[in-house]
Amino acid sequence: MNFYVISLIKVAIVAFVLLTALAYLQWLERKVLAHIQIRPGPNRVGPHGLLQPLADVIKLITKEGMVPSHVSKFFYFLAPIVAVALALTSIAVIPFGPEVDIFGVRTWMQLTDLNIGVLFVLAVSSIGVYGVALAGWSSNNKYSLLGGLRSSAQMISYELPMALAVAAPLLMANTLSFRKIVEQQSGYYLGFIPRWSIFEMPFPQIISFILFLIAVFAETNRIPFDLPEAENELVAGYHTEYASMKFAAFFMAEYCNMVTVTCVATLLFLGGWHPLFPQPYSNVIAPIIFFVFGLMAAWGAMHPRKPIEKYSFGVVTLASFGLALIFLAIWLVPALAPVFRILMPLFWFCGKVVLLLFVFIWIRGTLPRFRYDQLMRFAWVFMFPVAMLNLLVTGVLVALFSK
Amino acid sequence: MDLVLFLVFAIIAVVCGVNLVVQTHPISSALSLVGVMGSLAVLYLLLGAPFIAAAQVIVYAGAVMVLFVFVIMLLNAGSEPVTPLRRMVKILGVPLLVIFLGLVAFIIQAVLPNSETVHFGDPAAKGSPYDIGHVLFTQYLLPFEVTSVLILIAILGAIVLARKELE
Amino acid sequence: MPTSGGVPMDWYLILSAVLFSLGIAGFFFRRNIITVFMSIELMLNAVNLSFVTFSYRMKQVDGQIFTFFVMVVAAAEAAVGLAIILTVYKNRKTLQIDEVSSMKN
Repeated sequence: MNFYVISLIKVAIVAFVLLTALAYLQWLERKVLAHIQIRPGPNRVGPHGLLQPLADVIKLITKEGMVPSHVSKFFYFLAPIVAVALALTSIAVIPFGPEVDIFGVRTWMQLTDLNIGVLFVLAVSSIGVYGVALAGWSSNNKYSLLGGLRSSAQMISYELPMALAVAAPLLMANTLSFRKIVEQQSGYYLGFIPRWSIFEMPFPQIISFILFLIAVFAETNRIPFDLPEAENELVAGYHTEYASMKFAAFFMAEYCNMVTVTCVATLLFLGGWHPLFPQPYSNVIAPIIFFVFGLMAAWGAMHPRKPIEKYSFGVVTLASFGLALIFLAIWLVPALAPVFRILMPLFWFCGKVVLLLFVFIWIRGTLPRFRYDQLMRFAWVFMFPVAMLNLLVTGVLVALFSK
Repeated sequence: MDLVLFLVFAIIAVVCGVNLVVQTHPISSALSLVGVMGSLAVLYLLLGAPFIAAAQVIVYAGAVMVLFVFVIMLLNAGSEPVTPLRRMVKILGVPLLVIFLGLVAFIIQAVLPNSETVHFGDPAAKGSPYDIGHVLFTQYLLPFEVTSVLILIAILGAIVLARKELE
Repeated sequence: MPTSGGVPMDWYLILSAVLFSLGIAGFFFRRNIITVFMSIELMLNAVNLSFVTFSYRMKQVDGQIFTFFVMVVAAAEAAVGLAIILTVYKNRKTLQIDEVSSMKN
């Protein structure tokens, strides 16, 4: 088929999946935060609050989009558009799996592969600073201006340790394209340690991974680097004056940035779609996880706390057992091998991304936030020298020990 | 296809450039300059220079212009007033610029033959990060080290100039 | 007119000349010091475009290396220049270059 038609179909699939995932990421965040704080979380709209994102979307769309009279109209409308458009663009270079054969068409599970893929993601996150700065300035409100300026200063301060932390595994991978970086992380040391970047000799990139995670917490304005947009500081910061859909645009941009940086962390450090153990043994992990989840849901269905929980947990049990059976079937039945080649790497990739997103939400529920001067001092006095030292050591070891 | 892309982004670059000069508020000028830099980045991609395109967006549009935008927002610079003297200067100066431009365009047209065209995806065009890195760290190593000293001096200068006076 | 989908190289150079003269226009005709500074950046960008065009023409990468150095120098210049502008604003409380003229006559 034509390249353009395939790309359009891929864009439609990725857009649909991404937007649904963003909505349910917000549900996940609210439920996990609630359970960390020993309270139920949203549980009224639909079973376990699963329809809560739908209710939020309906509310935000139908709310009156007030535009205050004292704002600069052009920049007021431009800021959320810039923020959302850039956040959604950076998904274009993320590969979700290897080359697959779907209905006779051989493509990669990626929208497009640039041979400067990593630089593209860095460039898009650099321009994303404008969305925040313009939002703060155009609101014509001193709290928004301060919040916007602080947030954008924080974002550009942490871009530097982020870029240096990203440069270290690139030294070992010797390429800037995401496909080739993941391809180089295949294989196993000693037969069972995966050759992911964080385990790769000559220098396991664990420090880079931790630095990258800290830097992207600050880039996406998540706790503990959350001061510019906290609800009880600065009157909610740079999106104070924004009404319904524009506010939703900023939230969507924040969650989409979170998804993008966790995908980038998975690709660069955790080996992308490569499994944790060598191939024949790792295929049981997916069915085992879904089976255990189904057992937990079955126990929850048999000891319901509310009458509806019998049915909701029952549905979850059936779905989990069904997925376990599917993964077992596509592994054991040779005729389903093409489906296996699509689903298993996707399972590993999504599993790692969801794990990292859970870490994001977990840290949000656990840590207090930094004060602004502590935050900037942390970036410039601690993270930047450590990132440079890490890059230096990686470079020296790669130069000495690579063929 | 190359022609369409070039025309679109060249027109965007020129319109943003004119907007930079014409707008009275510095923030509009700053954002027009970001637009110029973005469309120039696409033109660099068409010229087979992906690394320079990415560096333009990351360094120039994403860091230097953010600095400009910060300073404009901090200083709260308002719009510029227009005086009659400036209008006369504009009326006299714009035709001179157009004449200068026509002269330069004529000279360029006369020197470069029309058969030299720019194709996207030309295999002989070198611009990949490997090529640039190879030359930068072997042949141009001394300028590279000198620019790092230059950046150090600039950082020190900016910090000294912008700090609060110690009473 | 271009052949087989390519763009004539002199169109890139003419675009560079147009942007350069727009930068000169901004530099001469504007009074706000930050806008003057931005016109200088526009001139530097125009020069970068012609460097990259000639690098394509010669099939060498040296033009792009020089572009890289121009970007670095422009960044350093922007940092120091904006620090100077901040200091001038603190002392003179104005951003119009006509009013910062106490050394005249």
